[in-house]
Amino acid sequence: MSFVTARQIAVSYGDALILERVSLEVQKGAFVTIVGASGCGKSTFLRILLGQEQPSSGHVEIDGHPMAPEPDPERGVVFQKYSVFPHLTVLQNLMLPFELEGSAFLGRVFGARKREARDKAQAMMETIGLAHAAKRFPAQLSGGMQQRLAIGQALLKRPKIMLLDEPFGALDPGTRKDMQALLLELWRETGMTVFMVTHDIQEAFELGTRLLVFDKVRHDPQYPNAYGATVTYDLPLDHGERKKTAAIEAALIQSQTDKA
Amino acid sequence: MRLINRKPTRPARVALGALPFFLAILAYAIGSAIRRAENPADKLLPSFEAIAAAFSNMAFVADRRTGDYLLWVDTFASLERLAIGMAIAAFLALVLGLLIGVLPIGRALFSPFVSAFSLIPPITVLPILFIVLGLGEAAKIGLVVVGTAPLMIRALGQAILDIPREQIVKAETLGASTWQMTMRVILPQLWPHLIRAVRLGLVPAWIFLISAEAIASTEGLGYRIFLVRRYLAMDVIIPYVLWITLLAYAIDRALALLSKRLFGWAHLAGESL
Ligand SMILES: Nc1ncnc2c1ncn2[C@@H]1O[C@H](COP(=O)(O)OP(=O)(O)O)[C@@H](O)[C@H]1O
Ligand SMILES: [Mg+2]
Repeated sequence: MSFVTARQIAVSYGDALILERVSLEVQKGAFVTIVGASGCGKSTFLRILLGQEQPSSGHVEIDGHPMAPEPDPERGVVFQKYSVFPHLTVLQNLMLPFELEGSAFLGRVFGARKREARDKAQAMMETIGLAHAAKRFPAQLSGGMQQRLAIGQALLKRPKIMLLDEPFGALDPGTRKDMQALLLELWRETGMTVFMVTHDIQEAFELGTRLLVFDKVRHDPQYPNAYGATVTYDLPLDHGERKKTAAIEAALIQSQTDKA
Repeated sequence: MRLINRKPTRPARVALGALPFFLAILAYAIGSAIRRAENPADKLLPSFEAIAAAFSNMAFVADRRTGDYLLWVDTFASLERLAIGMAIAAFLALVLGLLIGVLPIGRALFSPFVSAFSLIPPITVLPILFIVLGLGEAAKIGLVVVGTAPLMIRALGQAILDIPREQIVKAETLGASTWQMTMRVILPQLWPHLIRAVRLGLVPAWIFLISAEAIASTEGLGYRIFLVRRYLAMDVIIPYVLWITLLAYAIDRALALLSKRLFGWAHLAGESL
């Protein structure tokens, strides 16, 4: 049985139809990468999965149940930026989820529970390699370090689903490689289901177990907003058999450079 | 090199900053000298000695009638009103700003009212305050509140709306309730904005304070200026104006420093005034 099921999702903003007829069944533990032209609705789709927005029609089921209509700890998220708290240090950012859990009123814990929260945060800091920067604020971190913090923070509540929206888009190639390795490692460790939007097609092929391409199938030159994007390719990726999909990968990269 | 990239060295910056002050003082000295050359008893532009004498008279010589040191009595009275007024305004700004900024329902409820209220020219409310609250302290403090709270409420509400949505969503995925989010994510980020709002609010606050004092009071910096105006006592008015300016400046700098001390994270990027 599929873990995440989207049925006939459509999203429109005013007159503009952004997504239409998006249906999808995703197995537990899949690593789904999503590519598509900029502005075609990839982030919108993630926001729907997150519960940050409701689709105009259609619905999403998780584990056979209708999805909660607002974000919750079941689903972690990493945005391209702004997803860590600027007024908290690295350590405090990572302690926050445990403090919230331990104190409904103040959102702060003390004494033994604080030490416990600190230990858990410390462990995550080691995992994401930020132990040396525990006392720094996000503004004092490089882009790569900020994203590592964002990923680490998003993992603390052990979400079953992780949503990433171009998480490495602003990073230099070397840092990006490290981050990809870190993400894969964490994914294998936790067994979570990942949805990751990227504009880097190679990245999408390298990381994913399944690739979705969003695009418009119908186009009315008179009314560019009349039709929305949908899933045009849905490609299982078998990393042992990368050759099989190599032609498609090349074609996608080609079409991307054509548009640019 | 382009002008936009030319930064003055530290000594040059100090010298540049001092220059307009120096020129203003120089212009005054020349004007005063010319007038006094014509009429040694000129009251409009008194000499620096006369100003200093009048100021020290106000500060260090007890008033013959009351036995008070007038400058300090006035200063204390004005600062007390200002402090109480700003404290009330800051409290209102925090509570209503949070309701407006955090809760869509609070926004729908209060935002139109605050917007409409902020368009009332505060000084027109003064007669109403005098009638309702009497001529005592409450009316003067009330004017300071009416004159500053709406703008501070809006500044704080907007500051909350300007917090990137990503952070709010992130907090939700970390399991935060609305209340917890307010306590741990929004409020801590709001403090520096509150200090900034107070600094902004102090500008109209001084205006309304001095106005209220000028109209009905028995002590206070504004009261004194408008009292001695009848005698064309520029030698008192000028140092009082400078004193008020100095107080306003000192309070502003102290608040700016406080913000940097307490909320260092908010001052890591970019320059701030
Ligand atoms: N809140 C909104 N109101 C109106 N239009 C929006 C809104 N959010 C996104 N859009 C539009 O929806 C389209 C898809 O946006 P988005 O999902 O961010 O694209 P992508 O992530 O694929 O680049 C864009 O054309 C964008 O302008
Ligand atoms: Mg996007």
